[in-house]
Amino acid sequence: MKILVAVKRVIDYNVQVRVKEDNSGVVTENIKMSTNPPDDNAVEEAVKIKESGKVKEVIAVTVGEEKAQETVRKALAVGVDRGIHVKSEGILEPLAVSKILQKIVEKEKPDLVFMGKQAIDDDCNQTGQMLAALLNWPQATFASKIVVKDKSLEVTREIDEGLETIEVNIPSVITCDLRLNEPRYASLPNIMKAKKKPLEQINVADLGVDTKPRIEQIKVEEPPKRKSGIKVANVAELVQKLKNEAKVI
Amino acid sequence: MSVLLIAEHNNKEVKPFTLNAVTAASQMDQDLHVLVIGNKADEVAKSLSKVSNIKKVIHIDNEIYENYLAENFTPLIVKQSANYSHIVCSANTFGKNLMPRVSALLNTSQVSDIIKVISPDTFLRPIYAGNAFATVKSMDQKKCITIRPTSFDPAPSSGGSAEIVKEEPGESSPLLKFIKKEEVKSDRPELGTARVVISGGRGMQKAENFKLITAIADKLNAAVGASRAAVDAGYITNDHQVGQTGKVVVPDLYIAVGISGAIQHLAGMKESKVIVAINKDGEAPIFSVADYGLEADLFDALPQFLEELNKLNTIQK
Ligand SMILES: Cc1cc2nc3c(=O)[nH]c(=O)nc-3n(C[C@H](O)[C@H](O)[C@H](O)COP(=O)(O)OP(=O)(O)OC[C@H]3O[C@@H](n4cnc5c(N)ncnc54)[C@H](O)[C@@H]3O)c2cc1C
Ligand SMILES: Nc1ncnc2c1ncn2[C@@H]1O[C@H](COP(=O)(O)O)[C@@H](O)[C@H]1O
Repeated sequence: MKILVAVKRVIDYNVQVRVKEDNSGVVTENIKMSTNPPDDNAVEEAVKIKESGKVKEVIAVTVGEEKAQETVRKALAVGVDRGIHVKSEGILEPLAVSKILQKIVEKEKPDLVFMGKQAIDDDCNQTGQMLAALLNWPQATFASKIVVKDKSLEVTREIDEGLETIEVNIPSVITCDLRLNEPRYASLPNIMKAKKKPLEQINVADLGVDTKPRIEQIKVEEPPKRKSGIKVANVAELVQKLKNEAKVI
Repeated sequence: MSVLLIAEHNNKEVKPFTLNAVTAASQMDQDLHVLVIGNKADEVAKSLSKVSNIKKVIHIDNEIYENYLAENFTPLIVKQSANYSHIVCSANTFGKNLMPRVSALLNTSQVSDIIKVISPDTFLRPIYAGNAFATVKSMDQKKCITIRPTSFDPAPSSGGSAEIVKEEPGESSPLLKFIKKEEVKSDRPELGTARVVISGGRGMQKAENFKLITAIADKLNAAVGASRAAVDAGYITNDHQVGQTGKVVVPDLYIAVGISGAIQHLAGMKESKVIVAINKDGEAPIFSVADYGLEADLFDALPQFLEELNKLNTIQK
């Protein structure tokens, strides 16, 4: 079996994001970038399954500018076998990314595609489901547990009501929740070794995919600020304020 | 053109957020139709036909629709979509799982999690965990949109008399099967719609200590929430998580106990009307969004809080 893992480069989750003064987007210059957090879980799960002997090869793919490669290198450093970087500039909508990934799937013929459940920059939560639809594969979204069987996976999903378990045939697309596992750190020797692992570059133009934006971003603004509050001295004062000032209890 | 809203329900009752989605959808176009896909869901179709903003209810019933498998729902929605300009549903785990599958097959770029309808093709949506708001215009002919339910008021559930039209079911997908749902049942109000929410974080230290929280929740008729750290540590189940990757809540009163206030947590609660923070670290970022901050050890503060509440003659429910 073969697993393809999709990793996206995003502003690090610890960074306090700031809106650009001209309202064209958010500030990305000189900002720390990292792999989208749940994509690390997707990589970890694929590598774990490989270590259990059920999978022969794990491939990481990213779509984005030159530097997006870093996310693939990081995946290679924790046990992924080889990487693919689809080079493209500018913002790609999830629909475009899913069409690009569809081409990569057609070329590489993986049995499973693992992805993050949501990118923490656009917060779209779409790409995995779209890819599954385009391939006519089943999907298991928001996975917090995966059991690999012969021709299927049993996946526990985090849903609003609690947990749901479904069985999806292979091939399928799985989108991962942060609770799926604990991603490992890359050791220095493995980071060095990863530099020698194959990383193929493909120009998005060569894939023949329509990536034209369908959504116009008119402006990006700061959210309204909350007016600053007060500190209360003790619990009695808190309850009094909630009762008589805020009138919420 | 008309709007098609995909109803969320449990085959017996409409999920409350469907009514919030009705409000959002009818701001896109007044000609609002609702699609009920379910198993023996006649009561659901009937109750939706009484919602005043709804002009028509399309009901597709079969045992294969007992659970929300997107693979089974998608072909039905794609088929119906021919008659509509907008396909809409709630941006909760139901809609997040389903809508992109529909959107891809219709070759449209989905607009996720909108918090405002500016015009039928232009919407406001939070990005970067709510640290920025983007105004976006969809240029697709057909629009697939998920709405953040807590940003819209629920539509009145009576006053309407829409016709109910039955349509034929489709095939069951051979690609997957449903195994089980472990639903956490509680007598407390639902997190998403509760007037008061009290949440615990890593500061609670262990599952047992959530007693301190639930005792107050019972007194205030509040829902119980949690930070991701509290869920990860196993203090409480995942359905309680508030935040960027959990639920969004907008109660009249939100009480954060032993929660530091990471941006990913704030993303799920900072629109609450009144925020209280109880934390022993005076520098915790949660205080920056709190209307009332109490710098105290929660193990002292929570029992005192309950005691003070007990002294009150009346408490709003
Ligand atoms: C991609 C991504 C998505 C995420 N999504 C979410 C999400 O949806 N929701 C979410 O909550 N988090 C989310 N997180 C995690 C988030 O970044 C924080 O790690 C998490 O919110 C921290 O939880 P906490 O405040 O309970 O714990 P901590 O940050 O450890 O804070 C504990 C707080 O308790 C206080 N405390 C300790 N003991 C006491 C005491 N005795 N009395 C009073 N106060 C005390 C401490 O002062 C501290 O402020 C996400 C992270 C990532 C990377
Ligand atoms: N440009 C990209 N390159 C690789 N993977 C991506 C890209 N964009 C999105 N993904 C994958 O799709 C998931 C969901 O993204 P989104 O639909 O944007 O929330 C991410 O967690 C990634 O696994």
